[in-house]
This record gives sequence, structure tokens and C-alpha cells, in this order.
Amino acid sequence: MTRTGILLLGLGLSLLAGCSDSWNNPYPDSPSDASVLYSAFSERPKHLDPARSYSSNEVEFTGQIYEPPLQYHFLKRPYTLIPLTVEAVPTPRYLDASGNVLPADAPASAIAESVYDIRIRPGIRYQPHPAFARDAAGRYRYHALDAAATARKSRIGDFEHTGTRELVAADYVYQIKRLANPRLSSPIFGLMSEHIVGLKELGAQLEKAVRDNPDAALKLDDFPLAGAEVVDRHTYRIRIKGKYPQFIYWLAMPFFAPVPWEAEVFYAQPGMADRNLTLDWQPVGTGPYYLAENDPNRRMVLKKNPHFHGESYPVEGSDEDREAGLLADAGKPLPLVDEAVFSLEKETIPYWSKFLQGYYDSSGISSDSFDQAVQFSAGGDPQLTDSMREKDIHLITAVAASLWYVGFNMLDPVVGGLGEDRRKLRQALSIAFDYDEFISIFLNGRGIPAQGPIPPGLFGYVEGVGGLNPYVYEARNGRIVRRPIDAAKKLLAEAGYPNGRNAKTGEPLVLYFDTMASGPDAKSRLDWMKKQLDKLNVQLVVRGTDYNRFQDKIRKGNAQLFEWGWNADYPDPENFFFLLYGPHKKVGTGGENAANYDNPEFNRLFERMKDMDNGPARQQVIDEMLEIVRRDAPWIFAYYPKSFGLRHGWVHNVKPNLMANNTLKYRRIDPVLREARRDDWNKPVLWPIVLMLITLVAVIAPAVIAWRRHERKTA
Amino acid sequence: MFAYILRRLLYAVPILIGVNLLTFALFFVVNTPDDMARLQLGAKHVTPEAIERWKAEHGYDKPLLLNPAAEGTAQFTDTIFFQHSAAMFAFEFGKGDDGRDIGNEIRTRMGPSLAIALPVLVVGLMVNISFALLMVFFRATYLDLWGVVLCVVLMSISGLFYIIAGQYFIAKLWNLLPISGFAGGIDGLRFILLPVLVSVVAGIGSGARWYRTIFLEEIGKDYVRTARAKGLSEVRVLFRHVLKNGMIPILTGVVVVLPLLFMGSLITESFFGIPGLGSYTIDAIQAQDFAVVRAMVFLGSFLYIIGLILTDISYSWVDPRVRLQ
Repeated sequence: MTRTGILLLGLGLSLLAGCSDSWNNPYPDSPSDASVLYSAFSERPKHLDPARSYSSNEVEFTGQIYEPPLQYHFLKRPYTLIPLTVEAVPTPRYLDASGNVLPADAPASAIAESVYDIRIRPGIRYQPHPAFARDAAGRYRYHALDAAATARKSRIGDFEHTGTRELVAADYVYQIKRLANPRLSSPIFGLMSEHIVGLKELGAQLEKAVRDNPDAALKLDDFPLAGAEVVDRHTYRIRIKGKYPQFIYWLAMPFFAPVPWEAEVFYAQPGMADRNLTLDWQPVGTGPYYLAENDPNRRMVLKKNPHFHGESYPVEGSDEDREAGLLADAGKPLPLVDEAVFSLEKETIPYWSKFLQGYYDSSGISSDSFDQAVQFSAGGDPQLTDSMREKDIHLITAVAASLWYVGFNMLDPVVGGLGEDRRKLRQALSIAFDYDEFISIFLNGRGIPAQGPIPPGLFGYVEGVGGLNPYVYEARNGRIVRRPIDAAKKLLAEAGYPNGRNAKTGEPLVLYFDTMASGPDAKSRLDWMKKQLDKLNVQLVVRGTDYNRFQDKIRKGNAQLFEWGWNADYPDPENFFFLLYGPHKKVGTGGENAANYDNPEFNRLFERMKDMDNGPARQQVIDEMLEIVRRDAPWIFAYYPKSFGLRHGWVHNVKPNLMANNTLKYRRIDPVLREARRDDWNKPVLWPIVLMLITLVAVIAPAVIAWRRHERKTA
Repeated sequence: MFAYILRRLLYAVPILIGVNLLTFALFFVVNTPDDMARLQLGAKHVTPEAIERWKAEHGYDKPLLLNPAAEGTAQFTDTIFFQHSAAMFAFEFGKGDDGRDIGNEIRTRMGPSLAIALPVLVVGLMVNISFALLMVFFRATYLDLWGVVLCVVLMSISGLFYIIAGQYFIAKLWNLLPISGFAGGIDGLRFILLPVLVSVVAGIGSGARWYRTIFLEEIGKDYVRTARAKGLSEVRVLFRHVLKNGMIPILTGVVVVLPLLFMGSLITESFFGIPGLGSYTIDAIQAQDFAVVRAMVFLGSFLYIIGLILTDISYSWVDPRVRLQ
């Protein structure tokens, strides 16, 4: 090798090494002893505006930046709401149609309005932001910029001055009005306009204002909203139509977080939107973190908000929490991590590899890497493999507040309707679809067979044999066992299809399953579904389609059987039962009842249950509702998914909280341990480079020799 | 030549309108504006009113191609096609469905795409030409035969395999480079080395075989025999004469892809976490973001046309027999 070659190789190697001993370190600039959490996101968030962000990959960020009035207790189960920016969890006052105050136990039919007076704590301040910056005379520095002035700004950091101000009640009211802004298309506007007094009318007014003057900015303060008013500097009032106890849960979501008017004025200036300087991409909040770097194509960085109002790590927890070390930081000021770096990682292979190298602090488990990470004990409990345990990796499992089901279109002439024969047909099919087997084959055990629409952890769910679905399962020796296939065959015969054939015509029973699943993985699942019905001699025809056509079929009621799922918005059974409420039918109303199930008795009980407070009386109503839906079987209750996650030994205070989205502030990192392990795990292996050089020489040398021989040859 | 270039640029206008119309038709055959709204608004709590509001806000509440309710030229201009297409000819791409400015995204993402594509082109060209010349030098020997076999083997392996194998061995097993990621400046070198290496190796098979064919064709020509007759060494014959004349088809083949380097690579960028235009396009297709898909197709078509014009120009430069009229 020439001297230049050696120099170049040396330069390359030193560049690779950088400041770290690990050549493969993807964070060359990060100090090794910093309290930084490293994570990844697979899909870039679409919206960071609290009026719009809804999906989990969005609230992962907005949940750390924006602060709604309430939050879920980090450790307590069942999920418990506690104050975040307010002095106390508000309790509603009930008013009748004449405005008279009703007692707390007044019947829902007598309640015309529920009034929530919400008092926020004084002294909470926003993150540093140029929208608040003022000059010596008290004027806003950056509220009257022209296009030339903004032309040189591409990031929030390009603005020299920042400022802050105190959070006031008006900011919360401002945000509630923003839900009605037609330019924002808030996903919950339709739902909230049914509940918040005057919100629907405000939406119509704002729509007209936008139509009349499409280019003008909307000044929301010019539009009053009867259902959200400022009472004093730190108190605001929300008025809800009738009784809607579930509203309190919405107050724990970023939709109801405060937005300062200054931010909207700042971002509305000419040239800002062209550089993606919008509230949808550059949040302004009071939370423990602010978005310091926002490059959703590469990485997003949250840093500790220097003006954070202060909050302590919870001191209450269960004995299990204490044993798990989750109370070791009790009382310590939050947040415990200074910075969180989220890198875009679209593919699972590099994500998994980086986790094993120690460059991500935690990870999910994809199907590809499941066997490498998890094994099941003789008793069926998931355990980490030896290789994971050697690396001091910990397994975290939790049953999601979600449900998957196979829906029957209740408007379909073959499987729908509330007649006894159709009911028995659906019950027979429910037994035949062996979801215990499905969970074992396709989910690696990551699920629990569903007994009804309410997942574990929510009020109304009954553990053990007491909560089994008697139409599909039975109790044997204290265990829940699927009923035998003969029971399904008997039901099928009673439904008019003995041995899978129509008793009158002799025609085989053919059912149609609509799905948007495709690809090799989906094929094996669909084959499994066909096999389940083969047990009853019933044919299943799979109709594959794309997302749009599938939605269209469901909307128009053209599907027969279909697979669907639901994630809880809040921990209340109403959020699952409403999916079966008749007036919410997909066909005709566009509601969320995709099966178009409409049982008057169930509807009546639902209307009663939704307004009740949790307690024995509510449980009794829920039990009655469960009995109805289990008997009618508009869904095959498939499974409650179970999430499996991994964390390294240097990550502390991890407890799955499937309702809260602001748990980053509780995490603690041991950066010294992490650095030591990273160094240990990522020592560069140099022999392949040497081998490659030798191979190169071995290939080139004979060629050079041959060329020299060729050149010396006489003609 | 100026008149020729101007004429070709004018030809580009109807081509781009056609491409735009085709993209528009294909996209809206599969998706309706209602579908787009539903996808953007999510699966929960979506009301018909919310869909109408989204469509109005994003300009999808108009007829697709013809507005019978309007009068005069407004029948054509007050449509989704016109409203969303006309500005593109001034390279005003508007906003994606997520509200981000497409022009800004393209400008931001061009750099990372080029950071991978340019080294891959340059290094790949040098490696492929060197390997092809080596095979030509040892033509009709076992070295040539095994070289061709190696090329066929390399060509037969899926590009994805190179990526996964590269990440597994170099980044995971030997810890020599980061498995994925991107950074600006000098720090970015450690991130681009692996994707460049993988892409170059993946391209050797097809590239070297093609160049070998070109060089073999040249080596049988009279001027090569004359050069040899003059007593020039084989190396001088190959590098001074064969390479120079063989470069004409190579150069023109390279020039046509030069503008397209900006468009990036779909799979490579996705696997290596490169925030380039390739991953932007694939994300937009998955998200049914018509505004971005249309902008990227338009840009790709425009750059391809520019590439073809540059190819014609390069022909006239490298081959004096070609005249552009």
C-alpha cells in the first residue's frame, strides 16, 4: 500500500472513531455522561397542534410539551385522574332546565347542564419562545414581522430573543374555541360539539367567517363561546349539555391543553408557514419538555423546560411497585431525564440491532426478533431468553386497553338480524373461531382471548371464570375452556345449516370475509380463518381489498364478516359499549357501530349505564349488557392484545400506563452504566478489514503478475 | 444549439401536462377526496361534516376535471385538477396534507439524497469501469470467465439482501459503522459509508458487465489494432484509446441519470434512515398524500426531461459528428 493510501486509511479510521471508542455510535456529539434518553419513532408525526394530534406517534411528543388540566396517576391502578395544572380534579355541578342546582345523585334525565369550574394553579409559565419576547418598551418583538424579516428564519432558534408568560385560564378557553376552527379540522370537534354548549354554533360561525374572508386570520376572541368562559385569571368554566361523566377523561388529553394566543399571532405572520414554522410543527407549551429540535425526517429532540412549574415523583404506589423499585425516586423533582432524542427508524431490523447495541434505551419486540428475545415457561409465562438476561435487559408486559373482533354485519340477510336462527349461527361461528390457537400461532402468545367488549383494567371487566362468555366458553376445573366444536355444530344445525348446508335448499353455507390484509403474513392468517370454518363444513370466501374500499364497504353495509379493532380513548366501559349502540350505526348515521347492531334493550341499558357513576349498580347494568351482546353475538370477541416491551438495565421507572401519554418525565437513566455497557458491547472487530485488504491484494497481485508477463511477451 | 434546447424545453410543457393528467387520473381512480379526508382524519370519531370541512380546507371540495356549475373558463379552472396543477409549472408545489410546505421539504431533503447518490455514482463508476477493464484485459481467459460469472451472481442477488447483509456484518457483528442514521457535515461521513458501500457492491454486477460489453466492442475496432501496431502497451491501448472511446455511451448513460440523483433511492433511504426524497415519496404514497405524490412525479418527469436534453448536449460535445439542430 502506498504512503497516501495508508494516510487515507488512517484518516478514515480516525473519522470513524470520532470522539468515541465505539465506531458504530450513531450519536457522535452526545456527551456520554449526560442524562439523555434515546428512543425512536417509525412514522413521522403529522400534527403537533394539540387541537389536531390524536394518534399515538403524535401524542408521544405533545403529551410531554402540552399540559391539559388533568393527568393519570403514574402508578395507581385502576387508572386514576389527578390534577396536572389545576388545584383539584373538578366535580361537576348539575343544573336543571331552569338553571337550578341539582344534587349530585340527580337522575340524568333531570340534568340539563353539567358545569365544571376549573381552577388552575397560579405561577405556571410557558417554555421560552420568541412569541412571548418583548422589547424594553414592553412591545412584542416578533408580532409584526414582514416577509423580508421572516425570510432569514428557518428555525425557532433563529430568533435571537425569547420570553415567557404565566399560564392563565383564558389560554384553556382559547384552545377549546380552536377545536371549532374549520382550518384545523380537529378530529374531536364533531364529538365535542355534541357535548359542549355552543361549540357547534361557534363552528358554524367560524366556517362562515372563513368563507366570507378566506385570507384573513381568525380572531377567536371576537367569537364568544357559551360553553367555555373565563371566570377569573386562573379559573374557567365549561358547560356540558346534560350529564356526560366521561368528559372528565377528555380533560386529560392534549385537546384540552392551553394554547397562548401569542403563538398563533406569531406563526400567522407572512413567510412563516412556507418554512414550516407553524403551531402544528413548533409547539408552545408549559410541560416538562419543549421541542428543541424538530426534524421529523431525521430526529426530534425534547429538552427540559427551564420554566417548568415543578412536580414531584409520586409517593403512593402498591407493594409490587415498591418491590419493582418504582418508588425509589418518590418525591424527587421531575423531570428526571434532561433530554430525550427520538430518531426516525422506519425498519425494524436496524431498530432492533441498535437496541441490542445499547443505542436505544427501550424497544418493542417485532415478530422477527420475538424468538430471540422471549421464550415461554412450562406454565405458559413469557420469560426473557438467556441472551437477553445476560445483557440485563428487562421484559415489560401489559394488556392493552384494546379489543380485536370479527364483526357480523347485522344488516346482512345471512348472518345479520336478531332472529333466533341467526343468533345461533353467529354463536356457532364464535365457537369455531379458536382465538386461543390464533394467539399462540400468530401473536406469539401476545394476547388474551376476549370474553366480551370490555378489556381488562377497565371498570366492568370481571376476572377469571366469573367473567367468561358462556356462549363460547365453559369453566372446567376452575379454568376457562372453549366449548367443543360439537356444540358449534349443534347450534349450526339449529340455525338451519346441518353439517354446513342449508336445510331447505341443500346448498352449502358460503360466508364472505372482507379484509384489507394482504401479503404472505396475511395469507397464512386468512388460511387459518378458512380452516376454522372448515371444522363446521362452512366455506369462507376471502374478499381482499384496499383500505379505502374496505372503509367504503363497511360504511355502506356491503360487508358480511370483517375484522376490526378499537383502542380506548379513556378507561370507561362506555368507550367500548358505544361501538354497539344502535343510534351509532355505521349505515345511515356514519357512527362507530360498524356491525350495525341495534338491540332496543341493549340501547336502553347503554343510555342508562353511560351516565352512571362506577359502583355496584353500574356493574349490574354492565352485566346485563354483556349478557345481551354475548347472546346476540354481533361480534366474535377475538382477543385483547398484550404489549411486550424491553428495556435496558440502566432505564428506571418504567411501568406501562396505557392511558397516560406524559410518562417521559418519570423515566430515569443511569448514563454511566449505559456508557460502560455500550463500550463493552461495541468494540470494533478489525480482522475483517485486514482480511479484506489481504483478499484485495490476493486478487490484484496475480493480475499484476499476469499483466507484466503479458507486457514482456514478444509478439 | 440554443434554438434546439429552447424547442426541447417547449416540448416538455405538453409532456408535463400529460404526466400530470395521468398522475391525477391514476390517483383519483383509486382514491376519492373523501378517502383522502378519512385517511387524514383518522379512524375515530370521523363525521361526514368533518370530512366536508377537511375537503373544503384542502381544496378538494371542487369537481375533479370539469365544473358544470361554473361558467366560461371557470368550468375548467374551478376544478381540483387546475387549482392543484397550474402552480406547479412555476414550481409552487403547495402544501402536503400534513400542512408542511412541499417546496421546503424538497429543498431540505435533496441534500441527504445527493449525499448518498453522488458518491454511489462516482465510486460505482470507477469500480465498475476498473473491473470491466480488468475483464477486458484478461478477455477470453479464466479470469474473464469467472469475472462474468461473479457479475451474474452479483446481479442475481436482491438489493435488499445486500442491505441486510451489510448492516448485519459491518454494523452489527463487527461494529465498524453505525447501522443507520444521518448527520450533516463531517459527522455524516460515518453514516453514509455503509449505504454507499452497499449500493456500490450491489451495482457492480450489472454495471461491470455492461461496461465490459462496451469495451469489448471498442477493442475489436481498427483504431485499436492501429494503436497496437504502433507498439503501444496493452495498458496504454486500454486506458488511452479504448476507455476514451468507450466513455461516449457511458457518459451519455451517466448524464441522463444525473438530475435524477436528486430523487434519491426508495429502499436504501428507508433502511438506512436517510431523510431524502426517496423516503419522502414512499411515505407520501403510503399516506395517500396526493399533493406530495403529484409534486414528486412532476419533479421526476421534469428532471428526466432535463437529463435527456443534457444527454443530447453531451453527445454533441463528446462526439464531433453529432450536431444539434
